[in-house]
Amino acid sequence: MDTDLSSQDRKDLDKFIKFFALKTVQVIVQARLGEKICTRSSSSPTGSDWFNLAIKDIPEVTHEAKKALSGQLPAVGRSMCVEISLKTSEGDSMELEIWCLEMNEKCDKEIKVSYTVYNRLSLLLKSLLAITRVTPAYRLSRKQGHEYVILYRIYFGEVQLSGLGEGFQTVRVGTVGTPLGTITLSCAYRINLAFMSTRQFERTPPIMGIIIDHFVDRPYPSSSPMHPCNYRTTGEDNGATYPSVEDSQEVCTTSFSTSPPSQCVFTVTKAHFQTPPPVVMDTLKVPMMGLAFSHQVGCSSFLLLHPLFALSSSRLSYQPAALGVGSADMGYPVIFAGGLNAAHPHQLIVPGKEGGVPPVPSQPAHGTQADHERMVMCTPLDGALYSAATPSSSEDTETVSNSSEGKSASPHDLLETIFVRKVGAFVNKPINQVTMASLDIPFAMFAPKNVELEDNDPMVNPPDSPDAESPLQGSLHSEGSSGSSAGNTHDDFVMVDFKPAFSKDDILPMDLGTFYREFQNPPQLSSLSIDIGAQSMAEDLDSLPEKLAVHEKNVKEFDAFVETLQ
Amino acid sequence: MGMRCLAEGRGAYCQEAQRPIIEPGLSRAFRSAVWRRGSSALPSPAGKAGRACLQAQAAMNCRSEVLEVSVEGRQIEEAMLAVLHTILLHRSTGKFHYKKEGTYSIGTVGTQDVDCDFIDFTYARVSSEELDRALRKAVGEFKDALRNSGSEGVGQICLEFYQKKKSRWPFSDECIPWEVWTIKVNVVNLANEQERQICREKVGEKLCEKLINIVEVMNRHEYLPKMPTQSEVDNVFDTGLKDVQPYLYKVSYQITDSLGSSVTTTMRRLIKDTLAL
Repeated sequence: MDTDLSSQDRKDLDKFIKFFALKTVQVIVQARLGEKICTRSSSSPTGSDWFNLAIKDIPEVTHEAKKALSGQLPAVGRSMCVEISLKTSEGDSMELEIWCLEMNEKCDKEIKVSYTVYNRLSLLLKSLLAITRVTPAYRLSRKQGHEYVILYRIYFGEVQLSGLGEGFQTVRVGTVGTPLGTITLSCAYRINLAFMSTRQFERTPPIMGIIIDHFVDRPYPSSSPMHPCNYRTTGEDNGATYPSVEDSQEVCTTSFSTSPPSQCVFTVTKAHFQTPPPVVMDTLKVPMMGLAFSHQVGCSSFLLLHPLFALSSSRLSYQPAALGVGSADMGYPVIFAGGLNAAHPHQLIVPGKEGGVPPVPSQPAHGTQADHERMVMCTPLDGALYSAATPSSSEDTETVSNSSEGKSASPHDLLETIFVRKVGAFVNKPINQVTMASLDIPFAMFAPKNVELEDNDPMVNPPDSPDAESPLQGSLHSEGSSGSSAGNTHDDFVMVDFKPAFSKDDILPMDLGTFYREFQNPPQLSSLSIDIGAQSMAEDLDSLPEKLAVHEKNVKEFDAFVETLQ
Repeated sequence: MGMRCLAEGRGAYCQEAQRPIIEPGLSRAFRSAVWRRGSSALPSPAGKAGRACLQAQAAMNCRSEVLEVSVEGRQIEEAMLAVLHTILLHRSTGKFHYKKEGTYSIGTVGTQDVDCDFIDFTYARVSSEELDRALRKAVGEFKDALRNSGSEGVGQICLEFYQKKKSRWPFSDECIPWEVWTIKVNVVNLANEQERQICREKVGEKLCEKLINIVEVMNRHEYLPKMPTQSEVDNVFDTGLKDVQPYLYKVSYQITDSLGSSVTTTMRRLIKDTLAL
C-alpha cells in the first residue's frame, strides 16, 4: 500500500528504519557492556550522527546486526530481536532480556516521513537510552566480570520469549507510526532470576542451589573493561571472529527459588551438557533448618539460596565440573543433601578411584565399597561450615550425605554400598589419595565423644526395612534423629566411623579423634571440682575468722605497703 | 500567590512586585529581581507574574503529568535529577543551525550515564554541563526549601515546558505551557542503616517505574510545538545553551508545611523576557 508514498519517501523511510535498527542494537549492546556510556554533544552537525544522537558504532555489533538482518528490514512477522543473556563462569546461561523491534500493519499515511518519522525515531532512541538503564539486567551487566558475563545475540524473525522463564515482564519503549506500518520497540525481561532450565523443566518445581565460592584453578577469562569487546556473541570466546548467530548456548541450569527455609523441596535432576533433556530424578521433601538448598548433579553449579542472595552477588565462581558447597568465608552452615543420579555416571566420585568413575549409587554392589556406609551429618547449629572439597582434578566430586534417601526403590543392601564421605573444605588433594578404606573425614574433632560402634549403628546396619526418608532426614536434622540408637542429643552428629583428617596414629597411642575428644574441653578447675570444692568451701568458711584476725594484726604492715604504692 | 523569582540568564532579569504577602502559613517574602532588556528597565506591574502563571496554568492543550516518590532526605537531589534529566533528555534536541531558504540542520545530542550515590540507580542524561548545572541548582533549592520547611517533608517540584507567544505592545509575552510535569516528593526519615539500605534499593526500583512512566508519556507523541522558523525559535526553544537546545522550560517548587497550607515558592528559570517589554 505504498502508492501514496513517493519513491523518495519510501527510500528515506527504508533508510531510516534500517539505521534505526542498527542504532537500536548499538544502544542495547552498549548498555550491557558494563560500563558507563558517555558521548559528547556537538552543536555543529557532523552528518554522521543518525537521529541527531551521538551513539557510537561498535563495528562488531554493526556487523552482527547487519548479518542478522541480511538486507531485510523489520516487517510484519519479521522482527529484529536482541537477546541479552548471562553466562556464568561455570557455563550456565540464562536469558535475561529480549528486545524486539517489530513492525505491524497499522499504517499512518498522513505522517511526514522525512520530518516527523525521523524525529519520532529519534525520540524513541532516547527512550531506549533511558529504558536500557532501567531494566534489571542493567545492574547485572554493570557487575559482570569475573563470575559472569553478559552476552548478546541478534536474530531476525519470530520472537522467542520462552527462555525468559515464568512471569517475565514487558516494557514497551515506544512506537512510531509510519506509512508502512507501526514500529514498536519493546523489551521482555526476566524477573525470576532463578536459574531455570529452558528445556524440560517447565513443570518441575524450582530447585535451589548453592553457590560455590572457593578458589578454583581455572579462572574464567575475564572481560576487562579495556577490551572493547566486552561483549560476546553466544558461543564465541574471542571477539575476533564473528560466529554464526545460531544459539549455541549450552543449557545446563539449576534452578532455585526462595522458598522458606523451613521446608525445601529438593529436586534432584540431571542436566547434562549435550545430552538430551535432563531427567528429574527425585523429589525430596525435607524439613530443614538453616539454609535450604539442593544441588544439581552434573555439570552444574550451586547457587546459594540465601536471603540476601542476588544473582549479582559475586559468589559465582567457576567450578570445574565439580560439585561442592559452601565457602568458608560465608559462614553459613550448609547441609548437603545428596541426590543421586543413577543415570549420570559423573555424579559420585569414589575416593580412591581414579578416572572418576564413581559408583552409581542406585546400583548396588559396587565392588570396591562393599561395606562402607558412612554418614556424616553436620549441624547447622554449630556454625561450622562444611564444604565439599573440590579436588583439583576435574572430576565431579560429590558430597552426599546419604545416598539412599529418596530412592524409593532403594534396596536394603544399597545402604551398605553407599557411602557418605566428606572431604574437608579446600582440601586440594588428588582423588587417589582418598581411598575408600581410609576415608578422611574432616572436622573429625567435632565428632561426638561417644561414637557409635559400627555394629550398633543402625545406619551401618540398617534395620530390615529401612525408611527411605529417614537417612536423609537424619542427615539433615541436627537432632539425633538419624536413627542412632544412642540418641546423642547433645552431640550434633554421629560419626559412624571416622578417620580424622591427616591423622596417622603412629606416635600417639590414641588417635587424634580420641585425643581431641578427651581434651576438647579444658580441664576442670581444681577449685571447682566437686570433691574438693565442697570440703574446701566449708573449710574456708571456718577459717575465715582466723584469717581475719591475722590480717588485722598485720594492719600496719599492709598500710605501710599501700603507702609505698602511692 | 507568593512567588519567588530567581533571576538567571544572559542579561535577562525579572522584576516583580516587592510587596510581600503576609498570610498565615506563608513564610517567605517576595523577592524581586529586575528585568532588563537592553537599557530600559521597567518594572512590571505587581502580580503580573502571578497572573501570567495562572493564565498559563489554565491554558488549554497543556497536558499535566504527576509522579510521586518517597525518598530519604539525602536521596532527594539524585531522585529529582534523575527524573528531570530523563524528561529533558526527551525534550531536548541539538542546536539548530538555520541555513538559507528556511532549512536548518540540527546538532547532535550526546548522552552520559550517571550513577547515583544514594540510590541503586543509574540514569542517562544529556551531555550538557550547562543544563546539568541549571537543574542541579533548581533541585538544590528545592531540597533546601524542603529541609527547612519543617518536619513534614512534603513538597513538589514542577517542570513546565512552555511556549512564548509574542503579543503586541504594550502587552507582554505570554508563557503558554504545553506540558507540565509535577513530581511530588515525600521525605521519609529512616532510623538505621539497614533501613537505609533497603530504601536504596526500593527507591531505585521506584525510579525505574517512574522512568518507564515518563517514557510511556513521551511516546504517546502528543502535542509538541511546531518546529519554528528562525525568528520564532526563541519562543519555543531555549537557545541559550551552547551544546543542546531544550524546549523552553521552567522549574518551580512548592513546599507544603506542617500546617497543611501551601506555601507557594516559585523559582523561575527564565531564559528570555516574558514580562518585560
